[in-house]
Amino acid sequence: MRFAVYLPIAMPLVAAVAARPIAEHLRPRTAAWMVTAAALVLAVASLGALGLLAAAGLAQLPALAAMKGYPIRLVQHEDPASLSLGALAAVLLAAAVGNGLHAGARRLVALLDVMDRAAGLDAPGQVVVLDDGSCDAYAVPGLPGRIVVSRAMLEALRPEERVALIAHERAHLQRWHVAFVGVTRCAAAANPFLRPLQRTVEYAVERWADELAADVTGDRRRTAVAIAKAALARDGRSSAAPIASLGIAGAASAAGQGGPVPRRVAALLAPPVRSHPAALLLAVVGLLVAVGCAAEGARDLHALFLMVGLLH
Amino acid sequence: MSDEQRMRRRHGSLEASVLGFLQESEGPRTPAEVRTWLNEEGDGALAYTTVVTVLSRLQEKGLLDRVRTGRSYAYLAVTDEARLTARRLRSLLDHGPDRESVLAHFVGDLPAGDAALLRRLVESAPDETGRR
Repeated sequence: MRFAVYLPIAMPLVAAVAARPIAEHLRPRTAAWMVTAAALVLAVASLGALGLLAAAGLAQLPALAAMKGYPIRLVQHEDPASLSLGALAAVLLAAAVGNGLHAGARRLVALLDVMDRAAGLDAPGQVVVLDDGSCDAYAVPGLPGRIVVSRAMLEALRPEERVALIAHERAHLQRWHVAFVGVTRCAAAANPFLRPLQRTVEYAVERWADELAADVTGDRRRTAVAIAKAALARDGRSSAAPIASLGIAGAASAAGQGGPVPRRVAALLAPPVRSHPAALLLAVVGLLVAVGCAAEGARDLHALFLMVGLLH
Repeated sequence: MSDEQRMRRRHGSLEASVLGFLQESEGPRTPAEVRTWLNEEGDGALAYTTVVTVLSRLQEKGLLDRVRTGRSYAYLAVTDEARLTARRLRSLLDHGPDRESVLAHFVGDLPAGDAALLRRLVESAPDETGRR
């Protein structure tokens, strides 16, 4: 356990760097599932490792050893944690669990409140058209959910592009993308090193919904244009300024450096992504190592508790 | 509690009961009619000006419409479904980042430079094959 205990603490650092490049070579749906699962397992495993360090450190408290009647030297021999390291781990553990639960509770309250409000909206075909001067479109989760589109947004799009927008939002609702984002947000609240995974999942569910929208319209380019026009209309600078055309290859490579919206548009203008076998393999191996770490940590903790007589 | 706070709280509950009365009423009501009803409800002897203040405040909030009757106004509750929906959704968005984050926006805000990048992407994309 001397090294294995630190593995779950180091793994999120590796995942933080690797998640985005791996996800880019997976189908968006696969990426969303894989990275969400990885975030959840890594959060649990790193909490478990902190718990193990805390328990091993605190087991060296003379008072506790005397009360339970086990030799301190035995614990020291087995475990790498000093008393001070154990105390530090205990503080970090408390903070991580507190943050994770707090984030989860806040999100759940917000979700239930939003679902409750959405249930009261009169929306034929799930769609609410808002005539309030704003330029926006969003899905409100619920049973069933609602799709809110402002009139200004509809007017900025052609009929086929409106179909793409509604299909994108409907995909978010039908596939419960709010849950993927919620799980990774809680994981990232518990372990801040997992924040890049949260961003990766948030992007993956957008791409997932884009691909489903393109399936509905049957036209990837028109779907890409819908996203671009909606973003420009929302931005309020939709007047087309004359720009030297770079050619599709140049523009697509430039989009790689842009924010999520240009990256989504470039992805739809390119052929659909098939999961690359190497990326899939890396993702699966990474996930298995994370699960292994969590299981190993649980086993060690159990052994430690047996040794000090907390369990029989 | 200061006198001002007490005054404000009193106005708050007055607004609620006036709005409730007008929502139940068929057609517009004059301030005099509203005042008569309020005083019958046992809210003490309210001054006419107080009732007018409450009514005009509700009208400013967009909860009441008013129609001219002779030299003064009569008030009626807004029942326009579209306006109420808009207001309800606005309250959804105005309740802080938690609720906002539960909604799945079609497109997020654009960082500087992304707008130019998007225009370039769309312009350079292979154009539609003649169909419009």
